[in-house]
Amino acid sequence: MTGAKHPHARRHTIAVLVDNEPGVLARVIGLFSGRGYNIESLTVAEVAARENLSRITIVTSGTAQIIEQIKAQLSRLVPVHKVVDLTTDGPAVERELALVKVASIGDKRVEALRIAGIFRAHTVDATNESFVFEIVGRSDKIDAFVNLMEPLGLVDVSRTGVVAIARGTQPL
Amino acid sequence: MSHEQDINGAEILLKALADQGVEVVFGYPGGAVLPIYDEIFKQNRLRHILVRHEQAAVHAAEGYARATGKVGCVLVTSGPGSTNAVTGLLDAMLDSTPMVCLTGQVPTSLIGNDAFQEADTTGITRPCTKHNYLVKDVNDLARVVHEAFYVAKSGRPGPVVIDLPKDVMTAKGKYVGVGKVRHKTYMPKVKGEMSAIEQAAELMAGAKKPILYFGGGVINSGNAAIDLAGKLVKMTGFPFTQTLMGLGSAPASSPQFLGMVGMHGTYEANLAMHGCDVMVCIGARFDDRVTGKTSAFSPHSKKIHIDIDPSSINKNIMVDVPIVGDVGHVLEDLIRVWKAKQLHIDEKALKSWWRTIDGWRSKDCLRYVRSKKVIKPQYAIERLYELTKAKDPIIATEVGQHQMWAAQFAKFDVARHWLTSGGLGTMGFGLPAAMGAQVAFPDKLVVNIAGESSIQMNIQELATLMQERLAVKIFIMNNQYLGMVRQWQELLHGGRYAESHMDVHPDFVKLAEAYGHKGRRVDKPADLDDAIMEMIETPGAFILDVRTDASENVFPMIPAGAAHNEMLMGPEDEAGNPSSEDGMVLV
Repeated sequence: MTGAKHPHARRHTIAVLVDNEPGVLARVIGLFSGRGYNIESLTVAEVAARENLSRITIVTSGTAQIIEQIKAQLSRLVPVHKVVDLTTDGPAVERELALVKVASIGDKRVEALRIAGIFRAHTVDATNESFVFEIVGRSDKIDAFVNLMEPLGLVDVSRTGVVAIARGTQPL
Repeated sequence: MSHEQDINGAEILLKALADQGVEVVFGYPGGAVLPIYDEIFKQNRLRHILVRHEQAAVHAAEGYARATGKVGCVLVTSGPGSTNAVTGLLDAMLDSTPMVCLTGQVPTSLIGNDAFQEADTTGITRPCTKHNYLVKDVNDLARVVHEAFYVAKSGRPGPVVIDLPKDVMTAKGKYVGVGKVRHKTYMPKVKGEMSAIEQAAELMAGAKKPILYFGGGVINSGNAAIDLAGKLVKMTGFPFTQTLMGLGSAPASSPQFLGMVGMHGTYEANLAMHGCDVMVCIGARFDDRVTGKTSAFSPHSKKIHIDIDPSSINKNIMVDVPIVGDVGHVLEDLIRVWKAKQLHIDEKALKSWWRTIDGWRSKDCLRYVRSKKVIKPQYAIERLYELTKAKDPIIATEVGQHQMWAAQFAKFDVARHWLTSGGLGTMGFGLPAAMGAQVAFPDKLVVNIAGESSIQMNIQELATLMQERLAVKIFIMNNQYLGMVRQWQELLHGGRYAESHMDVHPDFVKLAEAYGHKGRRVDKPADLDDAIMEMIETPGAFILDVRTDASENVFPMIPAGAAHNEMLMGPEDEAGNPSSEDGMVLV
């Protein structure tokens, strides 16, 4: 029972600051797969080149006990500097970026462009028979956009996964 | 111009090991580590114990580390050398044994090319080490070695692998001393939260039915923690129990000791855990072999949990007062708070609790049917213990029934005299672990209590014993069965003994002789004492092949999936208590 399907399971966004060294992502992912925790999304990139730090944002779900375990397990990895649960530690902003390719002609093409406008998606590539839209927002907004594009000729989606940051003046 | 001369990687490595106080390394050479062996050849400071299999090198380092409290050190080659070490690494991981394992690697230019004897060692060992490193630049080497020792021994100890490409060992670079290295992220918290410690002290003072539950963390914390655990026992008058890994953390001869807790723990320890109102868990982790069915585990108690690893807290059992910190530091504060607040135990309630416990004790749960015809395994351990206790022996075990009987019938008044594979349950652990302890204490009596099957998993180390003149005594409890497998098949699988009986075993006496040791077989209870004395008094290593009753089971037993108050006490309970289907799927 990993907790992901438990009735009290909740979605959490966890930020992890790590040394940017070989194998550190494998340690984090290995911890999740080895202990049967769920990963809904994961993003990683260097955030402070001088200090050689990367930031990993993980969206996971589980009961309160499982989430505590995940945080404790992450914290004991040697190259981990900091683990912050952005879901419980005050308000945070979450964003995801998606590139959505829609191939259609006629009314469907017009409708796709119109809906993209409503969602404030940018058109970053166009041919006579297709568009690539760039959309930024919370994951549920992107889900909604992708669902609407489905009958309008959706052919491909690429999503970044969630990045998140706490509101207010404080750093991680 | 630098003042320090550039030296090659292998020299840097040996210098760093010397600065870390490493006296012994257990290893096995191969192509990728030849430059290191060349350096070892040129010096006399570091002793190298040449094992016969890399798994044994790691278990030997575990035995050495557990008997001494120092960091064990291993050196193996790339590829098969490192993969053979994996079982030992995970064993050390689960039992929190401090260790640094140096593995050879193909030259950096060949990494990823499927080169001869190449393995992705850091990839393979990532989940079975506390941390691991691949050193690609000779100038990182000294720092990494110092860091590895720091990580291995601080916080919750564990194994650390350093993967060393061959070209890095021959490249020239600079040495950096120990003092110049400070870790930037890994700083475990050793002091416990004072408010939680105060809360714990008051909870203990108000307890009517308390119990102390000690684990291996007490021993890992160090001598101060072991002394303080003994002090806590005396100061409170509370009954105490120990996990398999915690045996010896406080004296077994104390009248307050209830025996081991858990699946094969004593009736009184398990019922006291079940019925207590305050449980103080110190350096233990509520392992499934201890708790039984978690939903029915000690249902009416407030639980205090002292552990240096925050991930151990609320993992299996939810506790009321978690205290993250080193056992030694926390117990010091706890005892100080107790005295400063002038707290007292509830004498009247404790007396009545002891009356209840004495009632459980009177069941004499470790009793067994004695025999004049056949050697009962319990009797064999009892006699071994009685005849050796004056020598204060270090006892190692393999894994299985003999291990549980040893835990039940050998008594440990001091720590670091009991070497067993608890978390991973690795058959083949005992002989090399005993070897490692004997290297640390060459004049001490070191006995490996083994089963006839387990011993064969690292039997090749009989050669190492001879080469290094290590006088390990091997006490084989020979029942011709994978005894614990047979016991579970009897209790859970309708007596269908699938593949748990071995028709063919070597003649262990001749085997001992083949390696240049002495041995003896004994099958009559009347001859047992004489045989044990011969084993102890014969110089050098010795195999005593004790033929024991093949049908004996380990009792008491909490069947898988059952609670502490649902123990099987002996053969008479077996028939009436078939294990549930739920229990059958558990391990």
